[in-house]
Amino acid sequence: MGQPGIMEKLEILADAAKYDASCASSGTAKRNSSGGKGIGSTEGMGICHAYAPDGRCISLLKVLLTNHCIFDCHYCINRKSSNVRRARFTPQEVADLTLTFYRRNYIEGLFLSSGIIKSSNHTMEQMVETARILREDHDFRGYIHLKTIPEADPDLVHQAGLYADRVSINVELPTDAGLTRLAPDKNARQIEGAMGGMKMAIRQARDEKKRFKHAPRFAPAGQSTQMIVGADAATDADIVGRASRLYDGFRLRRVYYSAFSPIPDASAVLPLKRPPLVREHRLYQSDWLMRFYGFEAQEVMQATEADGNLPLDIDPKLAWALKFRERFPVDVNRSSREMLLRVPGLGVKAVNQIIAARRHRTLRLEDVAKLTVSVAKVRAFIVTADWRPTLLTDRADLRTLLAPKSEQLELFAA
Amino acid sequence: MTSLSHVRLGTYFVVHMPRSDDFAFWRDRARQLVQCDVPPDRVAWVEPGGNASLFSHGDRRAPIPDDPDRPVRASRRFVALAKNAALHSDPERFALLYSLLWRLQSQPRLLEDKADSEVRRLEELDKAVRRDSHKMHAFVRFRMVEDESGGSEHYVAWFEPDHHIVRANAGFFVRRFANMNWSILTPRGTLHWDGEIVREGPPAQKSDAPQGDPAEDLWRKYYASIFNPARLKIGAMLKEMPRKYWKNMPETSLIPELVAGAQNREAQMVEAGTLEFEERPETLQAIDKAIHACRKCPIGELDNQAVMGEGPNDAALMIVGEQPGDQEDQAGRPFVGPAGQVLDAHMERAGIDRRNTYVTNAVKHFKYVQRGKRRLHQSPTAKEIDVCRWWQEAERAIVKPKVILALGASAARGMLGKTVSISKVRGEPIALDDGSELWVTAHPSYLLRLDGAAKEEQERLFAADLAAVKERVEELTA
Repeated sequence: MGQPGIMEKLEILADAAKYDASCASSGTAKRNSSGGKGIGSTEGMGICHAYAPDGRCISLLKVLLTNHCIFDCHYCINRKSSNVRRARFTPQEVADLTLTFYRRNYIEGLFLSSGIIKSSNHTMEQMVETARILREDHDFRGYIHLKTIPEADPDLVHQAGLYADRVSINVELPTDAGLTRLAPDKNARQIEGAMGGMKMAIRQARDEKKRFKHAPRFAPAGQSTQMIVGADAATDADIVGRASRLYDGFRLRRVYYSAFSPIPDASAVLPLKRPPLVREHRLYQSDWLMRFYGFEAQEVMQATEADGNLPLDIDPKLAWALKFRERFPVDVNRSSREMLLRVPGLGVKAVNQIIAARRHRTLRLEDVAKLTVSVAKVRAFIVTADWRPTLLTDRADLRTLLAPKSEQLELFAA
Repeated sequence: MTSLSHVRLGTYFVVHMPRSDDFAFWRDRARQLVQCDVPPDRVAWVEPGGNASLFSHGDRRAPIPDDPDRPVRASRRFVALAKNAALHSDPERFALLYSLLWRLQSQPRLLEDKADSEVRRLEELDKAVRRDSHKMHAFVRFRMVEDESGGSEHYVAWFEPDHHIVRANAGFFVRRFANMNWSILTPRGTLHWDGEIVREGPPAQKSDAPQGDPAEDLWRKYYASIFNPARLKIGAMLKEMPRKYWKNMPETSLIPELVAGAQNREAQMVEAGTLEFEERPETLQAIDKAIHACRKCPIGELDNQAVMGEGPNDAALMIVGEQPGDQEDQAGRPFVGPAGQVLDAHMERAGIDRRNTYVTNAVKHFKYVQRGKRRLHQSPTAKEIDVCRWWQEAERAIVKPKVILALGASAARGMLGKTVSISKVRGEPIALDDGSELWVTAHPSYLLRLDGAAKEEQERLFAADLAAVKERVEELTA
């Protein structure tokens, strides 16, 4: 069999990238191609150019440079001992594909990851070279996300930050024990060391940018990471705790969660059942609680059940409210923003609108209904001019009343 | 106070909009009407092509305010929202905007009242237009055509917006594709960029756009490959990419087959992936029974029998070899062949009682190739060792040894999940996550293959490792 063609390589190397949860293309510096020779713009907000039947958006050409790998991580389909079909792009091929797709407005840019070939440094060099071809040879001004390799030379990783909008370093598993067991070639300390180095470099570049207009940009969209959920014994409480320490310690923009999904050629040390997808969803919701609703990691952990996991049938905010009923009901006409944000069913937008509207009128239940998706969910927790839940908040069966009636099942659950 | 003496009570005004998206025109007229104190219910706003005859009783003349400098109040927020909402295709939009502008004169903070129904309607229109613009940025698909004249590349797209957003979004495409010649054709008008200026053209038809592009096959391949069939969520996809957009996007033709094939693809992934083990057996007898039926790797398919570990189920020391050999396979017991005899001799010399030791293998079946009548030993692959790790961990979970001695690299891999070099790790314990400690040494069959000085050296090292392990077991059990 000869060398696979571009089409076949794309099939193999995009397929291998489908387990990566991140596809964000937002939050970077604004640029456009006016006055340049090349192509591309970023306007702050990312654009999802298509949606796949798995509900996830496609905003970037997400591929691996190669799925050959000298590492043997058990959760990874590309691990050394797996017998998947292998392929390898050249940096030039990836750059050409990116431009071909970008010119037709299929994508916002490139998300490049890779298996480790030869050595970490060799692999990182190839990835940096891809970004260099795009930025320097083609004056590409679209979005680039590079997955960096913690074991690679810090100078190379730094180079990646100079070309990329965002860099990410995967922590892979929520606990060190899980990492030791499932990713025996990786080292938790090394991963965090690389993240720490990246944090310093980003901060330094921001500083320089403030002082010197022409200071080079360095990963203007910051760094992110991904954790695999459900491949080891870590509970949601463990995961939330880890994520919170990562946010605090490394100033991450995002922590992505990827529910472990069955991979062909799996290893025997993996769990037999994949975690329900809704678990991943609950973790993302808890992530939002911490990033936008002022919850502390400790409080999200309080919302977990006896086994340390968030309930699957209700969202974590409702779970928290049901546990701390003494904090409710909240008077929408008087309470602070912080407390309104704690009300299940009130989003950030609804809270802002309530605060704006109450300067003009005393809100009644029907006014709140106009501002929220479902007043039925909210009303057990609020007081308005004409409504008081009285005993509703204290009812023992409140959870049953509020939980979604028909449990949302996975389409093809076994 | 009346500012306009010639506006008679009961007069209706009709304003004919020159273009559906001409906010500046609306703003000028609306300002004049407010200055003339014309209440919203006296004004009809008619789009191009709209039916003005309904308003035939209206006064077509624009009212001229007595005081053109009389201030008309509108917050910046209102102007921004109105400018965008004016692009909506709702024929009532200009009337709504005028009504809000009218009310803003006496209620300057009206827009903050999010529960007001007109304010809400304005925000809905704004949101719908922003969404449509966003979808235009996202779902316009260019196709490349060679210009007949110079042979340069020209990119042409066909798009069907819901609202009058085409002109307003020209800037986005100019900024992004500044150095590319492109045209966007829509039923509401066309845009053409030549690298210097945007020209506007009349509405187009889908047949005016090119039919295909070779890059679409690559893109479809990408689209089909990046989707994970194990996570089908059709509702989430439809919410963000409604069907009305599908007909002009090359990748969407794949969706029905991707959805239909997903269950099958997932089943294949699962089949290729999981090993369908039942619950982990909880007794050594159950493991023994189960491994005889195990066909999870090719070794299990060979003509052989599984060989169970043996020894007390509470042994402090577990010794793990690579796999049964020819004689072990026939006997159904571990370490009874030549390597087993070497091991026995060394254990005796080191003072380790085999009867108090649990002896087993990383791989439970004998792997060989048939050469005539002989079965030649083959080393298991990393993958085969990883598959068998399930059984070895089940044994460990029952016996709970304090110390594990792995003989050779394959046995070490069975414990660690990674391949290590024996010369690097021997002589030092490695902590395992169940609290036991792993010692690694050479496999006794290695000693069998050596001669002379090398043999002596290796035997010495092997003996030293066994002595260290014995000492450690005694320390831990004391």
